[in-house]
Amino acid sequence: MLSRTAENLFWMARYMERAEATARLLTMGQRMTILPGAHHRDEWRSVVRAAGCEGQFPAGTPVTESDVVSYLMLDPDNPSSIRSCLLKARANAKSARTMLTQDMWESLNEGWRKLDSYELADARQQLPALIDWVKTRVMTFRGAADAGQLRNAGHDFLRAGGALERAQMTLRLLDVKYYVLLPETEVIGGNRDHYQWTSVLYALSGVRAYHHVYGGTYTPWQITDFLMLNRLFPRSVAFCADQLAYRLNRLAGWHDSRGACHDTIQEMIGVVEGLDSGEIFRQGLHETVQMGLKMTNRLGFEIAQTYYFG
Amino acid sequence: MPFHEMFEPDGSVRACYDEVQKWVERTGISGLNRRMEEAEAIFRRIGITFAVYGEGGDPERLIPFDLLPRIFTAQEWRVLDRGIKQRARALNAFLLDVYHRGEIVKAGIIPPDIIYRNSAYLAEMVGFTPPGKVYSHIVGIDIVRTGPARFEVLEDNCRTPSGVSYMLENREIMTRMFPELFGQGLVAPVDDYPAELLKSLKEVAPPACKGDPVVVVLTPGSLNSAYYEHSFLADLMGVELVEPADLFVDEGRVWMKTTLGPKAVDVIYRRIDDEYIDPLTFRPDSLLGIPGLFHVYRSGGVTLASAPGAGIADDKAVYIYVPEMIRFYLGEQPILDNIQTWQCSKPDECAYVLEHLHELVAKEVHGSGGYGMLIGPKASTVEIETYAERIRANPGEFIAQPTLDLSTVPTLGPASVVGRHADFRPYCLVGKQIRLVPGGLTRVALTEGSLVVNSSQGGGVKDTWVLQD
Repeated sequence: MLSRTAENLFWMARYMERAEATARLLTMGQRMTILPGAHHRDEWRSVVRAAGCEGQFPAGTPVTESDVVSYLMLDPDNPSSIRSCLLKARANAKSARTMLTQDMWESLNEGWRKLDSYELADARQQLPALIDWVKTRVMTFRGAADAGQLRNAGHDFLRAGGALERAQMTLRLLDVKYYVLLPETEVIGGNRDHYQWTSVLYALSGVRAYHHVYGGTYTPWQITDFLMLNRLFPRSVAFCADQLAYRLNRLAGWHDSRGACHDTIQEMIGVVEGLDSGEIFRQGLHETVQMGLKMTNRLGFEIAQTYYFG
Repeated sequence: MPFHEMFEPDGSVRACYDEVQKWVERTGISGLNRRMEEAEAIFRRIGITFAVYGEGGDPERLIPFDLLPRIFTAQEWRVLDRGIKQRARALNAFLLDVYHRGEIVKAGIIPPDIIYRNSAYLAEMVGFTPPGKVYSHIVGIDIVRTGPARFEVLEDNCRTPSGVSYMLENREIMTRMFPELFGQGLVAPVDDYPAELLKSLKEVAPPACKGDPVVVVLTPGSLNSAYYEHSFLADLMGVELVEPADLFVDEGRVWMKTTLGPKAVDVIYRRIDDEYIDPLTFRPDSLLGIPGLFHVYRSGGVTLASAPGAGIADDKAVYIYVPEMIRFYLGEQPILDNIQTWQCSKPDECAYVLEHLHELVAKEVHGSGGYGMLIGPKASTVEIETYAERIRANPGEFIAQPTLDLSTVPTLGPASVVGRHADFRPYCLVGKQIRLVPGGLTRVALTEGSLVVNSSQGGGVKDTWVLQD
């Protein structure tokens, strides 16, 4: 397969994953701002931090919903805005057109310019509907890939890209919200924590899944375990690492050779297997999350190197 | 009255359109117009779009699609088939000749200046024989119909004629939306075109090729107006669609960059113009080129389809001599006629053109796509005078042709079936054999009376049926 094609597939999935994650962050932001005392905490700032865009918003000035919707949803100059992500995923797809099924292409092509014409006021007013629209687009894309794409190396590159982006989003969200999970910050079980935790879980579509696994109670240990180490929850870091290992191993099979990325993913799986939530809190949640982010960044770089991306 | 391909002058329907007439009656005009919107939605969703350079607006717009098919009978097609293949053979023989001994010039049939001083003639190709002696592997011949049994060639396209994806997609959409029309097997299929193209390309693999030839389609990139077609053809042939940055030259071969490392390429179906393919040989400022490509080509390491320099055969000044080429190289009489053409480079013909500009169609010799032409009967006095000035300043750059009584084909109007002028471009494949899929692209001028069918000027397309016996 052409390296450029592999790269396009890898990034197409990343951008689609990012668009969905950003849409979920906006939902989280909305939920958090309606909690008691929200204005003290500058909740929208945590949203832009989780999206990796805090640098755009000067410290000391509160970040507003209007700022965030404008920047994360509509801004054509923000490379991570939902609008940019959908556009770039489509451009990737166009350039790797021959590797996509008709359904995949149609899922990316349909309504690709919808956000171009949105005024901020309208977007804010229709935010829940727009967020649903984005999520539906991404899910249709994923479903089309799942149901129709040949299981060749191209599919593995696509899924590896998706898994890497998803792991990073979960890690970034934890990085922003880790203080909520620190037991000593406030009385456990207090109202605020409860809502903050559920908001985090909501942002990752994990509220119900969490209850299925841990029952009705929220504890920082269990939430951390769920988001970092649970191997059944598709947005946990451990699950994404498993998925990456699976895809990268298949790619090693197709290519009959291994690269640095294969060592790194093994190392990452090793780290995940050696941890439990007690250990994470002993090491420091923040430090563990930082390590995860560093490792996934390195992994992305090494995948590009191993397969001769541009 | 121009010849109407569906209706006789007395209003009765020509036999080959019987099925279409019944279908129109069954569905009704308003019913068909509703289905038209459906077809457009399908085109847009699939992403079959066409960008027009320099016009701004929607960068990916649709070519209007007309639902009513254009029909040729089996008998008509037999003539077209022979005539098209004959022309494709003669054009390739001409190219081989002018890049070698130039017999046709020595015989005094074509003046040397028209060839050797032509910017489409590439001195770099002299003395080189491409694999299979094929220069133009896909010959698109633009044909107009001017009477029940009269077909004339408007121009030849020997470089990289585009539009074949519309031939395939138009049929695809028609069979998807109106399967009942195709159930009886009346219409000859066209869907083996990609397989035939691949066969033709593999037949001209270079000497350096070992085993099954590796074929690629080379596109300038996804912003090119014909990108959809490039990816579509690569997809249907099951070959890689490469961009220039995916290729490089090393040790006398061309390689593509894959996730496994470099892989040798044998045949490049390139959709990039000659001057941009290799900055070392041609335009040094080309960002699209693959440095060293031309050297590998000349030394037999790779085949380029079409060959660089093939454009000399479709030059408008050379066009005039194609009937002579057919007689000279093939010893046959031309089956398809040329349109009468006056060359402004000849003083007496130029005088005639300047005097009759109001009734002629004048064109730039090197123009294409319907740009830079003057349609005398539709032009204002000022436009004619301005154009005449340009001809006087540079007569060698212009030719003129009579305004043709182009046939009209049935087209869906808001309230009835109307007649609109159309042309026809079949795609003749040349490898070791000559192949022609029964069909082609019918382009139609959607404005009443208009003669300009180019998609860049608001023309539309429609499915073309060749009936089986």
